[in-house]
Amino acid sequence: MLLPQDLTALWITLKLASISTVILIVLCVPLAWWLAHTRSRAKTLVEAMVTLPLVLPPTVIGFYLLLLLGPHGFVGGFLERIGVGHLAFSFSGLVIGSMIYSLPFVVQPLQNAFASTGTRVLEAAATLRARPVDRFLTVSLPLARRGFLTASVLSFAHTLGEFGVIIMLGGNIPGRTQVASVAIYNHVESMNFAAAHNLALVLVVMSFSMLLAVYVINRRFKVVGVAS
Amino acid sequence: MTIAARFYVDRGAFVLDVDVQLPSRGVTALFGKSGSGKTTILRCMAGLEQPDKGHVVFNGEVWQDAERFVPPHQRRIGYVFQEASLFPHLTARGNLRYGWKRTPLAERRIDEDEIVALLDIEPLLGRYPDQLSGGERQRVALGRAMLTSPSLLLLDEPLSALDRERKREILPYLERLRDELAMPMLYVSHSHDEVIRLADHLVLIEDGRVQANGPLAEVLVRTDLSLSADAEASVMIEAEIVEHDEQWHLSRLVFSGGELWVPRSEYAPGHSVRVRVHARDVSLTLEKASGTSINNLIHATVTSVVELEAPTHALVRLDANGTSLLARITRRSSHLLGLEPGRTVWAQIKSMALLD
Repeated sequence: MLLPQDLTALWITLKLASISTVILIVLCVPLAWWLAHTRSRAKTLVEAMVTLPLVLPPTVIGFYLLLLLGPHGFVGGFLERIGVGHLAFSFSGLVIGSMIYSLPFVVQPLQNAFASTGTRVLEAAATLRARPVDRFLTVSLPLARRGFLTASVLSFAHTLGEFGVIIMLGGNIPGRTQVASVAIYNHVESMNFAAAHNLALVLVVMSFSMLLAVYVINRRFKVVGVAS
Repeated sequence: MTIAARFYVDRGAFVLDVDVQLPSRGVTALFGKSGSGKTTILRCMAGLEQPDKGHVVFNGEVWQDAERFVPPHQRRIGYVFQEASLFPHLTARGNLRYGWKRTPLAERRIDEDEIVALLDIEPLLGRYPDQLSGGERQRVALGRAMLTSPSLLLLDEPLSALDRERKREILPYLERLRDELAMPMLYVSHSHDEVIRLADHLVLIEDGRVQANGPLAEVLVRTDLSLSADAEASVMIEAEIVEHDEQWHLSRLVFSGGELWVPRSEYAPGHSVRVRVHARDVSLTLEKASGTSINNLIHATVTSVVELEAPTHALVRLDANGTSLLARITRRSSHLLGLEPGRTVWAQIKSMALLD
């Protein structure tokens, strides 16, 4: 059975994954839209930057974020001065860290989805009297729904497995910033393999069922005629 | 009631520079080879593309000038793309209603039942685009555009992605839109057949410029254009069915220049039809031939003789009591017959196509 502090860690993990995924999706829609439609030269640079978290060691991301968000950092220092308090070792800091860590997993599926819709159907919608916002809501969004599903699940699952960024940025405060992956690490450190096994199994089952759900749903969408 | 349009688009290798006045009723064909700029003109007309310099006034309503650019969704146009661009996430019915829902009540002149009946799409309504054939998709796209009750329907080679059979399936529907709903259309095409069958007015585009602009029958017989130098060169004759000959399976038509026998038409006497006559199917004799297998002999006067680019051929333009004909013959024959303006001849028409 799971220990009480493990349940808490699991709860924090799920909360962290949900919150950062929701905010990330909202912020990435305009970015992905721009990347899918722009002919600007800056596109290549932005794409490389968006992909960077995929190849950087998570400890590197965590390290810079710690400097940036900590009491003496550019952002953290500013927040201290206006009385909000810095973000190192806080749940909010973890949300920011997770968002950067999962950025490529959200931007790429959305960008592909918007790009594969093409401009033809949007032009058709324009000649059918739909305003730009209307076209986005009634044509682009529904046609990109597979992209949204993929992006959400990848971001959520990726955040579940996050370790390096969190250990650097959030420390290991039970009840506040201790997530499941860190709790497993602690159990192994203290040679409590049984507890580590239980928590690890929960993560495996959760991640697998989410991915399975995505593949099943994507297949169903295809049958309804939304593929390509 | 006209459309005045001026567009200038500079894309380096390609420059479009046109300034045209078009009738805002009937079917106007923008005709030219691929790459001539006709689709760009249509897209500028719709506002899908913004020319470097441009100006469009539709029946007195300014769509574009130096200060204004009315976006496509405010232009009251319908647009049918080359390949059907139906929304894949909506059924045929959902597609049809997309524009209709966005058309203000006061502007709705055409309703769904009318269009569904006219285009025979009732059985398709519940299906998604990927469950429709190419021709069916194009019919739904046509209906979808019509349901915004447009003031002008723009069609960008709507049949070019379809095979021969499917084309034959759609053409009658376009004729019904033209005849039953009196929908003004701008029709981009590179097919002689479609243009001669549908258009009232013809704009010939070459290398981004307008070469000719006028009523179809008049432009087709101009001997100074590339159109008549083409092996496809032909004229359009408007004729009326007078009677059917059941024994020989023929129909007799009359037009200003005489009468024509064609394969039996399904239309009743009194119906007017278009006939396409290729210049290469017309031969000339000085005397009325007797003992010929050719049924159609028309007495006509030579109005001009032009030497074609091919060193062997000449194009003779004839007047048959108000109807112009073209004959593509060898220069040698022209010389031997002594053809010159004013000379009367008999035109023998070997074959022709009845288009309606």
